[in-house]
Amino acid sequence: MRKLSFAEAVNAALKRCLEEIPETLLYGEDVGVPGGVHGVSKGLHKAFGDRVFDTPISESAILGSAVGAAMFGRRPIVEIMWSDFFLVALDQVVNQAANVRYVSNGQVKAPLTIRTQQGNSPGACAQHSQNLEAFFLHTPGIRVCMPSTPQDAYDLVLSAVHCDDPTIVIENRTLYFGAKEEVETDGDVQPIGGLRKRRDGDAVTVVSWGAITRRVEEATRDVDAEVLETVWLNPFPWDEVIASVRRTGRLAVVHEANRTGGFGAEVVARVVEQGVRLYAPPVRVAVPDTRLPAAPVLAGALIPDVPTIAAAISDLAKRG
Amino acid sequence: MTALLADLHQMWRIRLLEEKIRDLRASNDIVGSVHLSIGQEAGPVGACSVLGPDDALFATYRGHNWAVARGVPLEGILAELLGRATGVNGGRGGSAYFSDFAHGFHGENSIVGAAAPLAVGAALAGKYDGTGRVALTVFGDGAMNQGAVHEAMNFAAAFDLPVIFVCENNGWSELTPIDEMVRNPILAERARAYGMLGERIDGNDPAVVRDRVADAIEAAREGGGPALLELMTQRLVGHYIGDAEQYRRPGELEAAAEVEPIAVAKRRLAESGIPQAAIDQAESDARDEVEAAARNALDAPLADPSTAKEHLYA
Repeated sequence: MRKLSFAEAVNAALKRCLEEIPETLLYGEDVGVPGGVHGVSKGLHKAFGDRVFDTPISESAILGSAVGAAMFGRRPIVEIMWSDFFLVALDQVVNQAANVRYVSNGQVKAPLTIRTQQGNSPGACAQHSQNLEAFFLHTPGIRVCMPSTPQDAYDLVLSAVHCDDPTIVIENRTLYFGAKEEVETDGDVQPIGGLRKRRDGDAVTVVSWGAITRRVEEATRDVDAEVLETVWLNPFPWDEVIASVRRTGRLAVVHEANRTGGFGAEVVARVVEQGVRLYAPPVRVAVPDTRLPAAPVLAGALIPDVPTIAAAISDLAKRG
Repeated sequence: MTALLADLHQMWRIRLLEEKIRDLRASNDIVGSVHLSIGQEAGPVGACSVLGPDDALFATYRGHNWAVARGVPLEGILAELLGRATGVNGGRGGSAYFSDFAHGFHGENSIVGAAAPLAVGAALAGKYDGTGRVALTVFGDGAMNQGAVHEAMNFAAAFDLPVIFVCENNGWSELTPIDEMVRNPILAERARAYGMLGERIDGNDPAVVRDRVADAIEAAREGGGPALLELMTQRLVGHYIGDAEQYRRPGELEAAAEVEPIAVAKRRLAESGIPQAAIDQAESDARDEVEAAARNALDAPLADPSTAKEHLYA
């Protein structure tokens, strides 16, 4: 066990991948010599030489070259500095990476890992604040995970790199330099998938992912809620989530992405489709459908905070 | 001249395959958008003859010519377009997006210019896997205005990666003249801005293409970095089957018929004293092969609908 921050945990996982898997490459904008704008890949260029390098500011070339290199036996790990920057190069994810295995009829695979980070932080502008996981969850062929603890950051990066599918690891910069926690770094590589039960309870099932899960944990301190953090969004743990809602009869989904077309809608729909008997209509707690302002006082009015989440969940727990 | 005779045979294989595809599209045995490469046979025949087995080749939706020249079996291509289980991708790729890794054909691409970064990745992999792989990516003149192509060229140049960018300039960016979409119509001149070799060459002569691509490959393998070759050629057919081609300029197709690769090769061979029977045989052999491939492809079973969800994930 080692005491690591979230950023250090990602770094440790990357280091282990580079050590244990000779086919891995690590690259992206400022990822090499500078060690990443958030310092996540610090020291890795020095340790692994030209397998860790900086690139031009060219997201299409970064992502596309990773797909091509993966098709030819490498296991590239690339960084998209902010998830908002995916949008200039989404073609390489949706039209290229996601199709490699399927359209080649299984002849070829594209085992690349794309690390990114997203979400709002104080002062971040509208082009550096979005939560875009739903885009990728709407793309069959792409695996997606979203850790929020140092241990999960370590484990999920490791699983993603070992996975033979294109996999996106969505981190969150507000977590990078949080408190250090004990992280098991000698464990086996876990298969992709699964969830984390963050709180036991009987009155309501709360499903959440990403950094906002920390707020959910705080908000449910005095509620009889079962809190499920779905750290893997594809594959999604449908059976476990549905079983929990069957037991509690109430469902809330909390995410930092905006409401319409957010993955929370899919979670609600699947539970309802299964005919789960509910005591009260499901609840979604999400950012309203708006752009995100830079001023903290404005952003704070939109992004669900602990009292907002607590009110929504405790209200739900009492209904029906 | 025996090289040109062999090239002519290979060009006929492409031409006659495309004509067969056109017939099968007309009869609705093949459905969907089909982009034929008729008139653009010399580039792939010349270039693929100097690619090695470890080298990568990424093409576009107008890529049947490159697949054939690379050695993909005609029957596998036809079966793919016909949606048969025996197609090179079991019917998942179709006319515009098939691949055959077993034969060194790493795929068409239906997004203009999008394969250029993939080729960069193939070359990047070669830097680490000891193959010394060269990656050739071909695209049309229209793709020269795509961001992904610019990014790929700069990325390859910055890291001295062995990527041969081949631009087949047929004058038409789909239905729009390329010379109206750029200020400088000599696209090869852009190479200089990236610090790489750029050359505009006769794309209707397989020998010229072969020589120039061989030189570029040799330089790239020796660490000289990428190159851009602009192959001047022509598309004798529409952008897609069904294109009314109302945009054509007066006399354009008549002039093109004089300089298109098969006409030129036949003329040169006759002038050099090759017997007419040998020249004709290049065509008839290819025709026999295409006919046999089409019969077999049409006899093959359709792709099995119960497999439609397979191979999405590992």
